[in-house]
Amino acid sequence: MSTIVLLLITGLGLGALYFLVASGLSLIYGLMGVLNFAHGSFLTLGAFAGWEVARRLGADSWAVFGLALVVGAGVGAAFAALTELLLVRRLYERHIEQVLVTVGLALATVALFEGAWGSDPEFIEGPAWLRGTTDVAGAPVPNDRFLAIGAAVLVLVGIVLFLRYTRFGLIIRAGVENRAMVTALGIDVRKAFTLVFAVGGAAAGLGGVLASQYFGYVSPHLGAQLLIFAFIVTVIGGLGSLTGAAVAAVLVAVLQQFANYYWGYGDLVVVLLLALVLLVRPSGLLGRRA
Amino acid sequence: MTEPILRVTNLRATVAGQQVVEDVTFDVPATGVTAVLGRNGVGKTSTLKALLGLYARTGEVTLAGERIDRLSTDRIVRRGVGYVPEDREVFAGLTVAENLRLAERDAAPRRELVADLFPDLVKRSAQRAGTLSGGQQQMVSLARALLNDNRLLLVDEPTKGLAPKIVGEVATALAEAAATAPVLLVEQNLEVIERLATTVVVIDAGRVVHTGDAAELLDDPDRIQRLLGVHTSENAA
Repeated sequence: MSTIVLLLITGLGLGALYFLVASGLSLIYGLMGVLNFAHGSFLTLGAFAGWEVARRLGADSWAVFGLALVVGAGVGAAFAALTELLLVRRLYERHIEQVLVTVGLALATVALFEGAWGSDPEFIEGPAWLRGTTDVAGAPVPNDRFLAIGAAVLVLVGIVLFLRYTRFGLIIRAGVENRAMVTALGIDVRKAFTLVFAVGGAAAGLGGVLASQYFGYVSPHLGAQLLIFAFIVTVIGGLGSLTGAAVAAVLVAVLQQFANYYWGYGDLVVVLLLALVLLVRPSGLLGRRA
Repeated sequence: MTEPILRVTNLRATVAGQQVVEDVTFDVPATGVTAVLGRNGVGKTSTLKALLGLYARTGEVTLAGERIDRLSTDRIVRRGVGYVPEDREVFAGLTVAENLRLAERDAAPRRELVADLFPDLVKRSAQRAGTLSGGQQQMVSLARALLNDNRLLLVDEPTKGLAPKIVGEVATALAEAAATAPVLLVEQNLEVIERLATTVVVIDAGRVVHTGDAAELLDDPDRIQRLLGVHTSENAA
């Protein structure tokens, strides 16, 4: 029983990290039709920014850790907004070029991060509580899992409230349905594009700081490592569906954890799940049918 | 004679490399309804979309004397051009109230006018627009345009696919709309044209082949047959 509880909560923690990356990917694709292969770089830069804050100001303080989360999210948002403004904006409706540019940016930034921080993982410290465990039904669950789950829930609630109760949220929801009609109402949808990139980048940057706690290190490849599963989550959940991304993140990560523990083929099982969803329901669990 | 509200000169438009508007030149008077007529597929809707910048275009378009052909769609609309698209294009996942709120661009949107014209929408404000009937969706689409103080309304096939009773209601709403701003109307229904239009522009194969007084054209069944390929009750008899 305790093993199942441990796998379940660890899976939820990993799902929280997948969701933090996938939420941005899903929103960006839903509104702009952009498959952003550079999204992992937002996460990696956020993680390094958070690590730099912790390293310079003292890793074991909660205040510093809170600051690291804010800085990680801010740096992720700024990097994402600049990516949209300087690179992606010129390439709307040019999907092949978008893929080439974002893949190129992902490769270039990994090389840049390796140049700046080295290619070896940097092991990370944090407040003492995060390194401890909490007993849940006999299972010693690492505390950082609870933090990741809590942060992902807050991000999900925050984005849902933003989409539902703000004018920008209204524009984004309408833009996901019919971008051309939004412009035909006199709305400059490009501002919403930049904002969506920034929100996605902030979630990824926050995810970077939390992922470095989850895995215990930060490295230039951290983003790429999570991005592939975040893409799978985005497709299974339904491109453009935030709720779909949340449901799929939990499903994928929990399944992966159980499959890894019992058979050692977690990644394979996730790919098989993706294939199954694409065959049975190509629009994803909660995506709109074409 | 007063200056036209819209002057279109040598407008050409392409979609995915395909020429959909060949060479269109016409004026829209500053009052009344100007109807754009033509057989199916001749480029009427494409002309409206090109005017609005939704299709890549060349040529010169002026709104009240100001060039707008180099502006993006949202800027053209913010200069006072309301648009009611073919097939309504309401945001199906948003409520009626959200569809209308999204369209408000003036500091003081004309909510009372819209509520007077479309009381049914007030009752259904919390309903998702995708669950409305075709006629109700058309009301939402018209209401979005009428919320703002426009200098020109572009209205594309507003009665398409609607029941006869609803066609009458839409025509009444359009007549009210025309009292607030000049209208450029793409329409196939000649009864609606007869009721509303003061001027007509006939397009064939992406070019203007006739412009003039609406009543004059509608009184000439042979010309209607030649230009539009339809029989009116008069020439059928």
